[in-house]
Amino acid sequence: MRLDIILRVLAKLLIPFALVFGLYVQFHGDFGPGGGFQAGVIVAAAVIFYALIYGLPAARRVVPTDLVQALMAVGVLLYAGVGVASILFGGNYLDYFVLGADPVSGQHRGIFWVEAGVLITVASVMLKIFYVFAGRRRDAEEPEQ
Amino acid sequence: MLTQHFPALLVVVPLMAAPLIVFARRSLASWLIALLATAVTFGIAASLLAQTLSDGTISYAMGSWEAPLGIEYRIDAAGAFVAVIVAAMGLIVMPYSRVGIATEVRSEEHYLYYALMMLCLAGLLGILVTGDAFNLFVFLEVSSLATYVLIAMGRDRRALVAAYQYLLMGTIGATLYVIGVGLLYLETGTLNLADMTTRLVEVGDSRGVLAALAFITVGISLKIALFPLHLWLPNAYAYAPSPVSAFLAATATKVSIYVLMRYFFTIFGSTEVFDARATGTILLGLSLAAMFVPAVVAIFQHDMKRLLAYSSVSQIGYITLGISLDSVEGLMASAMHLFNHALTKGGLFLVLGGVVLRCGGAGFDRLAGLGQTMPVAAFAMVVGGLSLIGVPGTAGFISKWYLVSAAMHEGQWWLVGAVLASSLLAVIYVWRFVEVAYFRAPPADHPAPGEAPLSMLLPALAMIAGCVYFGIDATWSSEVAMRVAEVLMYNPGVGQ
Repeated sequence: MRLDIILRVLAKLLIPFALVFGLYVQFHGDFGPGGGFQAGVIVAAAVIFYALIYGLPAARRVVPTDLVQALMAVGVLLYAGVGVASILFGGNYLDYFVLGADPVSGQHRGIFWVEAGVLITVASVMLKIFYVFAGRRRDAEEPEQ
Repeated sequence: MLTQHFPALLVVVPLMAAPLIVFARRSLASWLIALLATAVTFGIAASLLAQTLSDGTISYAMGSWEAPLGIEYRIDAAGAFVAVIVAAMGLIVMPYSRVGIATEVRSEEHYLYYALMMLCLAGLLGILVTGDAFNLFVFLEVSSLATYVLIAMGRDRRALVAAYQYLLMGTIGATLYVIGVGLLYLETGTLNLADMTTRLVEVGDSRGVLAALAFITVGISLKIALFPLHLWLPNAYAYAPSPVSAFLAATATKVSIYVLMRYFFTIFGSTEVFDARATGTILLGLSLAAMFVPAVVAIFQHDMKRLLAYSSVSQIGYITLGISLDSVEGLMASAMHLFNHALTKGGLFLVLGGVVLRCGGAGFDRLAGLGQTMPVAAFAMVVGGLSLIGVPGTAGFISKWYLVSAAMHEGQWWLVGAVLASSLLAVIYVWRFVEVAYFRAPPADHPAPGEAPLSMLLPALAMIAGCVYFGIDATWSSEVAMRVAEVLMYNPGVGQ
């Protein structure tokens, strides 16, 4: 890997743009194609790209396995939590209308947090799968918790 | 009021418990969260059953988008009845699990076990409460994916193969189901089940509807483990950790049977399914085959868990037999047996889990002399076995009685003989256990004599006691089963 200077430099250049593009797909999901699922895949792909070029241990230092596992749960809780919030505000489960001062802002707020939950869970699940597969032989000596 | 949100909360409570358990990580903390969540879920399910029995069908608009545009949650007495069975089983298995999985699941995976149980519970309850054909598919996959991993957690390496086998068969079943739903969507332009029911009448008899019926029937039959689509079941039940076997035996196939009943009697309607073609005859033939072939196979097993698994396939035959009769009485008998068999088989697997803990396996060589070493467990197994056979005074007798009288009501007298003959096969496989437990000496290297710990024994004995209770006083179960059959057959609208 040490000799692949072109790959390393290119990766350094591309990864920030990949992450920004992921965020664009996330937040532009209201108006065009996109949304949490696609954005999550792009964000995870950026980290996986980093792992391919700089190696798995380096990627695990940047995004630790424990963090990935916690984020998987955070995303689901966020999504489900929006539903519970709707109930607390007097609507039905996942009723976004009650979340804002007027229906439009309520819908905006509801879908924003739900999609954020989707992004977090999709990205971390993709990463988790990658870590588990990539680390199979490496972790054989000291099994991953 | 919070009560009006119960249809949603029934799914949301276990669904949110799962990620919380992943945070908790520690075995004890995860167990406490799971226990609390199952208790709350059972409370919700019981309240929904009481509500649907007194006020009729409940409809809940997800996200306040009215049906058929939005996803509707719709629960009636039939769905709530099965939901109570599922939630009650979850509540019984949870206290049992603390010790039950200690030796069978690696300690660092305990929290995953609890999280997956919660997801499985959420998926199964979701199937029962949703009023949307595609949403049903999603919940089917949620529960199935959780189930595959739970089975693979078994300490035996063969558990992995069993889980993989179930994954293949289960995925084929789910795919066939979703193809059927796609065809229905093409024909009717709706995914809302209630809306679909009315629109199917307008569509009438078309090739698309017929194909949809075929795809859905075969897909769900795979999930039910209807003979001869049952090949995934024996290994899955035999190698899964004991609490998982008990939970699945009492719930997973039962929920799929509910889905089949729902599609046959409510959505397609019994005229379309039974009067216009030979579905009834085919189902009758398969049910009879299920009552006999797996029962014979069960006789030749050398492992108690596998024996009970084959017996499950055989008992499913009784339930589908009731469906194939295409009458309220038959459906009522099916609903009865659904409840009674969940009670019996769940209890038997729970007792067996304690035996496995003490004897180190469920093979007949390990169980020899169980009557001396673990008298309470052995006796409980025999009582559960009597309920499998259908001896008067046990729950199994009640459902077989209703099944036989439903058959006579239809003028199918010969079915009485078939049910009787199949019960005799059950006598043989239950006797196999009695012989091993009471007429053989315990193995010389018997590891740990003594009963299972109380936290395992009490839930197991409670279910076995339930077998006897509902065998003597079947007022509640028969009244509710009758309502379930009527709701499925005549499909009253919301609030009727």
